[in-house]
This record gives sequence, structure tokens and C-alpha cells, in this order.
Amino acid sequence: MQFKSQAVAKPYFIAAIGLFVGQILFGLILGLQYVLGDFLFPAIPFNVARMVHTNLLIVWLLFGFMGGAYYMIPEESETELFSPKLALAMFWIFLVAGALTIVGYLAVPYATLAELTGNNILETMGREFLEQPLPTKLGIVVVALAFLFNITMTVLKGKKTAISLVLLIGLWGLAVFFLFSFYNPVNVVLDKFFWWWTVHLWVEGVWELILGSFLAFVLIKTTGVDREVIEKWLYVIVTLTLITGIIGTGHHYFWIGTPEYWQWWGSIFSALEPIPFFAMTVFAFNMVNRRRREHPNKAAVLWALGTGVMAFLGAGVWGFLHTLAPVNYYTHGSQITAAHGHMAFYGAYAMVNLMMISYAMPILRGRAANSNKSQVLEMWSFWLMTVAIVFITLFLTAAGILQVWLQRVSESPLPFMVVQDKISLFYWMREWAGVAFLIGLIVYITSFFVGGDEKETA
Amino acid sequence: MTSVAATPATRRLPGDLAIWFFILAEMLAFAVFFATYAFARAKNVEMFNLYQHTLDRNLGGLNTVLLITGSWFVVLAVQAAHRDDTPAISRNILLGWLCGAGFLAVKVIEYSEKFGAGISLSTNTFYMFYISLTFFHFMHVILGMVILTVLWFQSRQGMYGSHGANGLESGAAYWHMVDLLWIVLFPLVYVMR
Repeated sequence: MQFKSQAVAKPYFIAAIGLFVGQILFGLILGLQYVLGDFLFPAIPFNVARMVHTNLLIVWLLFGFMGGAYYMIPEESETELFSPKLALAMFWIFLVAGALTIVGYLAVPYATLAELTGNNILETMGREFLEQPLPTKLGIVVVALAFLFNITMTVLKGKKTAISLVLLIGLWGLAVFFLFSFYNPVNVVLDKFFWWWTVHLWVEGVWELILGSFLAFVLIKTTGVDREVIEKWLYVIVTLTLITGIIGTGHHYFWIGTPEYWQWWGSIFSALEPIPFFAMTVFAFNMVNRRRREHPNKAAVLWALGTGVMAFLGAGVWGFLHTLAPVNYYTHGSQITAAHGHMAFYGAYAMVNLMMISYAMPILRGRAANSNKSQVLEMWSFWLMTVAIVFITLFLTAAGILQVWLQRVSESPLPFMVVQDKISLFYWMREWAGVAFLIGLIVYITSFFVGGDEKETA
Repeated sequence: MTSVAATPATRRLPGDLAIWFFILAEMLAFAVFFATYAFARAKNVEMFNLYQHTLDRNLGGLNTVLLITGSWFVVLAVQAAHRDDTPAISRNILLGWLCGAGFLAVKVIEYSEKFGAGISLSTNTFYMFYISLTFFHFMHVILGMVILTVLWFQSRQGMYGSHGANGLESGAAYWHMVDLLWIVLFPLVYVMR
């Protein structure tokens, strides 16, 4: 570890992994509820389980991003973090607020939670992914601002690199677009329109910049390729992301009451969205092939390559499958969307966080890389989780195609619930793939506790 | 048979590699847009032809001349840099910039006429494409002019000459792209039927 203050990343990473476990457990509960409708009812209804599953995902990714930034920024800026104390304080505030929110979801009915938390003062709740009560949303803003203040000040007092600049743009964008979660107009079209400014412009906009920046950082460290080369790639990726992703928002505006031209704009620009992801894959492989040294942390390199490939497949290919308006007319909101969501989030954002953790954690624990034994285990977990998510995606895609056919394309369309029964076989297979994913996650966590001969200290 | 010794011409990519990636990405986006236009038109040729008549081809032609002239000035600026004629660099960049400004002015006249007649993105598919394509291009002209402005200031500080013109060449390449896109766009949307 080059700078003492990088150590604040550690609790963030640990919390991220803990919440990740929670996300997967609720995913398994949800998956079972697809086939056994009253499983755990009324204790954990489907809508609550779904909310917890998706909210935990967002929160653990945010913990990962923050931890990654706290680790990376001092090293890039070649200076200690502006305020490690502030970073730790924010960690506890965010963790407690996050935990209380989840407890709130599980302990009381959602309407009661809304009542208790002042939703009548400013109505922001009840919208997918932005279900958080008002105090939590305000807490996220406070934590994000303090975090941004901290890392921006660090960059300002230290060296300014392209990688840290891209990360800053990504993180500031994340904070700015979150503000749209407070805007909840009565007009449902406007509500949905701006809701996507948070949801889409996060995952298909500014988060991609965070992903690109983390990937560039780890590739510089592990391959020893010249910074100039890596930065040039990063510029290209950032530009491609912004060209395609911003107007690509239009692929959510096909059927929500917005003017028809969005069908053209959304189709054209989002059809190009796989390109930045493809560039990232080529980037990762190219840099690893041109490596000037063999970094002892092979697991981190594997995650870096993995995130390139899986993000391209999940976000790029599976996104393209249903992004054109004439296709989306049939597939909208079906299991095709769920298939895309699973692989894209895992491939792009779960994996990039796991890459960062894989690279940074050994160093935070005082060694350049984990023991061979531990790395082998970690790589096993990589393959288990990745193959499991591939199968989850394939089963959901199969379910989605059948669903679209039986419910929408067929000449005698069947009702939603009848179709759900008919495709339950795929839901069962998805659930078993989910179990395999959990096993992979358990192996991953185990790898942190496996010792063996340690490589040279960092 | 006399063999002509192939002189290995020193082929060099002008400007920065990164700007070429950027240009290719931009052109790809426009290419998809053009292809979509062709696809939509093929399904409704008569309607497209009918509304194409309402476009002012003379203004479009004038704009074509303005952009090509602007590109010519930028070429002169790059050549001036290679022979270290510093005053000519900034003078030609300025002239290129003015051509861009002329383009924007003509376009604003054209838009105000169309928008004044109540035409919008939702009027019909032809106008949707006309407005979208020309507006995206319009934004690119503005970006090109921003780049030219930066280059003008830099050239005044003597940044470009035979010692190096990477930034100037990169900006020039972008400006030529703006020109090239218009040369495809103008016949496609205004003229071809």
C-alpha cells in the first residue's frame, strides 16, 4: 500500500461483499417465489423481496465504487486522501442508513414505511429502484457529497491523471443524476421520463465511466503497459459511451407516452451502445497481451478480462437483442429484460467491483497478491459465478422468448399467469443456476480466509 | 521491362490516433442514421418525395459551398503550419470559423422558416428525419467551431509549425468530417429522389 489513507477502502469492500451475499439470498427467495408463489408469504411478499434484491445490488455496488475510489485516488494523485476520518464517518453513516432501510422494508408494510418516513412531505417513494424512503435518499446525497468532496479535494491537491478525471466525471454524474429521484411529477409520462435520467444515465452512462476508469487503473498496475496507451483507450471508450448512451436513453421512451421520434432516436443510438463495451473487451485483452510484466495477482487479471467479456455480452449483446423499437414492441418488460439485467449488472458492475477488490484487498492486507491456494479458489469462484450467471441468463432468455410468443405474438394470446405456469420449468432451472451462483459466492468469500505461502509484501 | 523502384512513401496518419477513433465513431452513428433514413424512405417513397419539395435546396447548396470553403481554409491553415507561416495559420482558421458561422446563420434562417410554419419532429417521418439529421449535424458544426476556436488561440501562441502540428491536424480532421457528413446529408435529404 503506497498511501496509508488507502486503508479506508477496506471496510467499504467488506461491506460491499456482505451486502452482495444479502442480494443473492434474496435473489434465491425471489426465484423460488416465481415457482412457489406463496413461499415465505406473508413474511416476505414478492414485491418486498424484489425491492430488497435490487436495492441491495445498488447499495453494494455503490459501496464498491466508493471503496474503489478511495483506494485508487490517493495512488493516482500520489498523495494521501484529503480526509480519511470523513471517509470512515461516511462509511458508518451509509452502512447504518442502508441497514435501517432494509430493516424498514422487511419490518413494516411499504405504505406504513412511507407514512413513517415523511413521504407526504416530498413524495419520492414507490418507484422501481428508487423505493428508498426520503431520509435514506437524503442520506445518500449527504454521503455522496461528502465522498465527492473528499476525493475531489484529494485530486486537486495531488497529481491529475486522465484516469482520475474520468472517475471524477463518472462519480459527479452519479450524484447529479441521483437528484432526479427527488423529482416526482404527477404526470406519469414526465415521471417515467425523468426517472430514467437516474436509472438509465447511471448504468448506461456515468457508471460506464467509473467502470472504464477502474479497468484502466487495474490494467496499468497489472500489465505495466504505458499509461499513455491506456489513457488513449480510455478517452475513446468514454467518448463512445457518451455518444451512444446519452441519446440511447430513448430506448426507454418507446411506449411511455413520449413522441414517436423517440422510437427512431432510441433505436439508432442504443443500437450503437454495444460498441463502447466491445472496445472495453478489446482494450482489456490487448493490454494483457502486451503486458510487460507478470503480476503475481492472476485473479485480478482474470476479473479484468472477465468484466470486459461479460459486460459486452450482458450489456452489449443482450441489450441489443431487444433495443430496437419493433422488437421491443413485443419484448418490453418480459423475461428477456430480466435476462439482460442479470448478465449486464453482473458483467459490468459486479465484476468490475470484484476486480477492484481482488486487486486491492491483498495489498490492503499487506501483500502484493494472495497465496496461490487462495487465488486458485478465487478463480474457481470466478468461473462458478460467471458460468452460473450465463445459465441464469440463458434460462431467462428461453423463458422470455416463450413468454413473448405465448402471451403476445401468438394468434391466440394467453393470459400472463397462464404463461407463467407454462414457463415454470425455466424458472426452476434458473433457481438451480442461482444456487450454483451462491456456491460460487461462498467459495469467493472462503478464498479470503485461505492462507498458504504469501507472495512478496507490497 | 524496367521496374520502377517503389519509393517507400512515408505515409503518416495526420493528427492523433484518438481523434480518428472519435471520427469513426461519429461517422458510424451518422451511417446508421442514414441507413435508417433509407429504410424509412423505402417504405414511404411518395410521402418523402412530397415533403422533400418543401426544403430550400438553394440554402442547402449555399451551405454546402460554405462548408467546403471552410474545409479549404483549414487545409490552408495546416499547410501554413508545415511551412511555419504562423500568421497564415490563425488567419485561415479564422476564415474557416467564419464559414462555419455562415453555415449556422443560413441554417437558422431555414429552421425559423420551417418551425414558423409549425413543423416539428412529430409532423411526419420525413420531417422527423430532416430535423433530427440536420440538427445533429448542426451540433457537430458548433463543436467543430469550438475546436477551431481553441486552435485559433493556440496558433496565436505559436503552438503549431514545422516543429509539430498534431493538435491542429486533429482538429482539422474533425472539421473535414463535419464537412463530409454534410456532403452525404445534403444530397440524401434535400436532393435525391
